[in-house]
This record gives sequence, structure tokens and C-alpha cells, in this order.
Amino acid sequence: MLEIKNLHVNVEDQEILKGLNLKVNKGEVHSIMGPNGSGKSTLAQVLAGRESYEITEGEIIFEGKDLLELSPEDRACEGIFMAFQYPVEIPGVANTYLLREALNSVRKYRGEETLKHIEFTKFAKEKMKVMDIGDNLLKRAVNEGFSGGEKKKNEIFQMQILEPKLAILDETDSGLDIDALKVVADGVNALRSPERAFLIITHYQRLLDYIVPDFVHVLVDGKIVKSGGKELAFELEDKGYGWIGEEEKTVANS
Amino acid sequence: MSITLSEKDNGYINGFAGFEKTAPGSSLGWLKAIREDAVTKFSELGFPTPRDEDWRFTNVAPIARSSFDILLNGHDRVSAVDLTPYQFEGEGICELVFINGHYSSELSTLTKLPEGVIVLNLAEAIDSQQEILKDNLAKYADFNEEAFTALNTAFMEDGGFIYIPKGTVVEEPIHLLFVSTGGENPSITNPRNLIIAEDNCQANIIEHYVSLEDNVYLSNVVTEMVVGENSSVGHYLLELESKKAFNISTLRVQQARNSNIRSHSVLLGGSLVRNNVHPVLAGEGCDSLINGLYMSAERQHIDNYMKVEHASPHCDSRQLYNGVLDGRSRGVFHGRIIVHEDAQKTDAKQTNRNLLLSDHAQIDTKPQLEIYADDVKCTHGATIGQIDENSLFYLRSRGISKEASRDIIMHAFTNETLESMTLEVVKNYCTNLITDWFDQRKLAQKS
Repeated sequence: MLEIKNLHVNVEDQEILKGLNLKVNKGEVHSIMGPNGSGKSTLAQVLAGRESYEITEGEIIFEGKDLLELSPEDRACEGIFMAFQYPVEIPGVANTYLLREALNSVRKYRGEETLKHIEFTKFAKEKMKVMDIGDNLLKRAVNEGFSGGEKKKNEIFQMQILEPKLAILDETDSGLDIDALKVVADGVNALRSPERAFLIITHYQRLLDYIVPDFVHVLVDGKIVKSGGKELAFELEDKGYGWIGEEEKTVANS
Repeated sequence: MSITLSEKDNGYINGFAGFEKTAPGSSLGWLKAIREDAVTKFSELGFPTPRDEDWRFTNVAPIARSSFDILLNGHDRVSAVDLTPYQFEGEGICELVFINGHYSSELSTLTKLPEGVIVLNLAEAIDSQQEILKDNLAKYADFNEEAFTALNTAFMEDGGFIYIPKGTVVEEPIHLLFVSTGGENPSITNPRNLIIAEDNCQANIIEHYVSLEDNVYLSNVVTEMVVGENSSVGHYLLELESKKAFNISTLRVQQARNSNIRSHSVLLGGSLVRNNVHPVLAGEGCDSLINGLYMSAERQHIDNYMKVEHASPHCDSRQLYNGVLDGRSRGVFHGRIIVHEDAQKTDAKQTNRNLLLSDHAQIDTKPQLEIYADDVKCTHGATIGQIDENSLFYLRSRGISKEASRDIIMHAFTNETLESMTLEVVKNYCTNLITDWFDQRKLAQKS
């Protein structure tokens, strides 16, 4: 579904990603872990299409298409969704309005009929139950005055509405208490399917207790330095990221 | 025949002599005295210049340089159908129509109002409502300091007169529609409105300035609004003058104890516009909401001058003005808050936000707090910016096109100031105006 080959990315003339390779198939859940500043969020932003990131080398193929040629909105319509690490507050735009516009844009792109107000409300109500979201959160302006937990829940709620093929969670677990974390995890797990893939970017192993990944990758200094199964996450939690660097050196010296 | 006013050759004084002979109420001593005082003041003050601190960002030289005809009549060319785009849906809306400054009874709609409510044009009220006028007219809007108010007071002829007696709720809004057609030469009107709501009243008034032709004229408006104890009054100013016109408006509000007012200004038209909003919270426990939206394009200049005067304790004021500026237009927000010595426990807040859509648009925003009491809460904030890239990316990442995302963000910005409007008909009308404004902008960009 997604193939990243030798991706090099500069941010403000500094190289952040230095030759990243990653392959994600349908139905898989991949977790990308790594210390602060290793380039995790850069990867998420590049996949979503943030324009201030300069791709100097490499390619990203999504469902057979050159992703880097697509605008952020077209990527979303093709089925990519990123849950923001810092969801943006947009005063004056009701949450429900954004969701309906977004869903209808995606449906239009796919040649499907747009949903009328009542149809949309019905659809949204179903999803609200899963995410433990109240009516008032829907009516309020997008993320304005939301608590940290509400913002993250709202991201996952948007994901539920848009039903993407590939969902990228950019440190969605950061700053969440355990109750909110469970709700977020339930929201993600409810969407797991053989047709859908997840890329879960996190600094901590904690979220992976609730969303069990198929693969764990360790990103250090702009490159994936180690990949493994879910047990790798536990190892990282125990030992931190330091030992991976050591291991690399040992391999290089031998 | 018409009277021409100009700074050249003492034209304003000479014009006044001719005007005064035929003006409504010219035989009334008290009114004559006010007009004569005002014209004397005006000739002393002259038009303000950018050296005057209150006019630092707005140069009225184009007005001072011009000569203006006072049109004596202009109804004949306007028919009812010309007015429909500017009318509000709803039964029972009382509507006074003025063409080039003169009341048109044929085009106006007077509906049945609660007992004791008087809605008239000023020229007629000068005949029939002298007692109320004597007590109130020119008692609040200061013509000793303000040149344009002096000019209006000297040359006032007509406008809206609204009187609401004690304990009366006027359900439907009262609409004052001022239509300009202008003429071959630049012309001037001096609409003068007096709105009096006694104690325990409730009402909404709409002042609406529109143009049927693309001519040069000056609308120099003064409105005095006197709000009694425990009354609640909404005031809407909708300014849609011709792109060549000048509009100088002053709203002076006097608030008695526990009254609350909501002032909404929506300024879209005119080449040179100055909107003065000056509420005096004179009694304890007053509440004032002062909101506005200005949208300018091309070479328009729109200046908002606020003077919110807290004169008694325990009063709250809230100002929210948003501006959208495009082309080479220029905006001004000058927000004065004056808290008098006695006005303890004042809670005043002022916010001015500006969205610049072009590299050549310019905004000057200036808060000015003058606080003479020691136990008060006053805050102000101003922002100037372009469309936020983070918001834009967020919406696009949800599948919404770049253009639609920009539209959503811009509409959200403009709608913020409309949200507090309680008159749905006006809110909808303004929403449509804003949509048209953005549509026109897109058309202009494509061509």
C-alpha cells in the first residue's frame, strides 16, 4: 500500500530524514518509535503533504501513485489521514461543518454522492458513540477551547468519519491520561480491518499496550535503524533508545 | 435650485444663510439657535487634519477640497422596486425611506406599533414633537469639538425620529433606509437621527446607507440614541455607500442605569469612511456590546473610531471589531476606552483583528486606554495577519480543496462578528453581503 524509498527531507536547510525506507501493506499496523528529534513527526507531515518540507531525494508510492505529486487535499481524498500531534484551533468553524465538508469532499473525489445534512448527522451519531463524544463537541468551533484529551479524541473521531485507507497517528498518545488513551485506542481498534493500514508514531510504548502493532521500527537520526515485532517496543521501554545506537556501532566495528 | 457648500469663499457660511431660510423649523427660535451655534463652531473648527490626534490615520482632504450641493429633492427618480434589494423580510417591519436626505412618504412603510411609540421623520417631528426634541436634540452629540457633528447639526433637515415610551417592547425592528442617487456634482446629505427609549424598553433599530448610482456624495450622519433605565436596544449600522462616496457617521449613545445596548456596524462601501461610535455608560450596571466588521478593497479607506466612556461603576463593555483588507485599501481601528474616576469595577474589553488579503493593504490599529479609576479591569488586543497556514493545512489535510479551505477560514473570520447579532434577518442579510464580497473578489482575481 505504502512504499517509502530512500527518503531525504530538509527542514529549513537542515537534513532531518536521511534515507528512510519503509513498506506498509494493507491490514498492517506499524509503529514508529524513536527519541525526540529523530524525524518521526517530519515523516508524518511529509506523508500528509506539508509544503514547508523539502524533499531532496527519494520517493513515496501510495497505492501505485506518486504521493509527492499530490496536494494535501488529494492525498486525503486518496485515503491518507493524519491525526495531528497539535490539532489546530479554527474559531468560527463548527466541528460538524468541517466534518461534513471534509467527508463530502472525499466522497465527491471518489465519485460518490455527497451526504445531506440529515444523512450526515445520522452517520456522525453512530461514530460519536464509539468515541464518547458529546453533541456539544460537535457544535463547538473546531478544537477551540478543547482540552488536550478532547482535541486528540476529536482527531480520531475525524478519522472515524473519513474512514481512510492509511491512518497516521502523530504522537496521539502524548499528554493523554489513561482514560482518554483507552478511548483513542478503542477508536483506532474499531477501524482495524484487512483493508486498512496504520502508522502509529509514538515516543512511548504505552499506547501499544492498547493498539498492538504488527511491526515496530526504531527511527534514530533520520533513518530506521531497527525493525521488529511488538516485542521490540517492550525492549525499548526497558532499555531506552541508547542501546540501539551501541548495537549499531558494534555491528559497524565488527 | 440647490445650495452649494465649499470651503472656498466662505461657502459653508454663505450656504448656511440660504439653507436656514427654508430649513424645517426655521421659524423656531431654539432650533435656530442650535443651528447657528453649530455653524459658528464648524467655521471655527474647520475640517480636521492628520495633525489632529483623532484623525492621524485619516486624511479628509478629499472632502475638504470638494464642494457639495445640498439636493432639495430627489424622490422622483426612485421607485419602490429599486429598494427591494435593501429590504428585510418580515411582517410589521416599520421602514422609513429617505432619498438624498429627504423623507419619502410614498416609499416608506409605516406599520402598527405598540401604543405610544412614535416613528416619524425628523422634519415632521420638528413640527409635532417639539418638547421631546428640545430636551434631547443636540444634547449628546458634541458639536463643540467635532467638526463633522457641527456640520451635521448646522445643516440637519431630516432623518429618523423614534420615541419609545416607558415599558414598551417593540418586537419588529425599525428600519431607517437612506438611499443616495447623488447628482452630476458632488452632493451632501446630513441625516440626523434621534432615538429615545425610555425605561424598561426593548427595540432594535437598523440604519442602512445605500446607493443606487455610482456618484460622488457625502453622507454626514449623526445619530443620538438615549437609552433609559433597564432598557435593551440593538442598533445596526449597515454602510453600503457607492464606491466613490464619503460616509462620516457618528453614533452617540447615552445609557442610563442597568441598560444594555448592542451596536453592530458593518462597513463595506464608500471610498472614504469614518465610523465614530461613542457610548457613554452613564448609569451604574450598564452593558455595552460594540461589534463591527469592515471589509475594504481597491483604494477604499475605512476608519473605525471608538470612544467607549465608562462614567459609572459596575459597567461592562465588550468591543470586537474584525477587518478584512484587500487591494490597496487602508483600514483604521482607533479604540479609546475612557474610565472616569467614579467608574470603579469597570470591566472593559477590546479586541481588533485584521486579515490582510493583499500585500498592499494596510491597517493602523491603535488602542488607547485612559483610566482614572483604580479598581477596574481593562484589556485590549489587536492582531494583524494573513490567512493562517496551519489552519489552511489542517483543512486541506481533511480533503477540502485549497480554495474552499481559504473560503472557510475567511468566512469564519467575518462571521465571528455577526454571531452576536440577535436580529436573524440582518444577520442573514450581512452573511449574503459577505458572500457577495468574496465572490466579487474571486471574479476580479480571475479577470
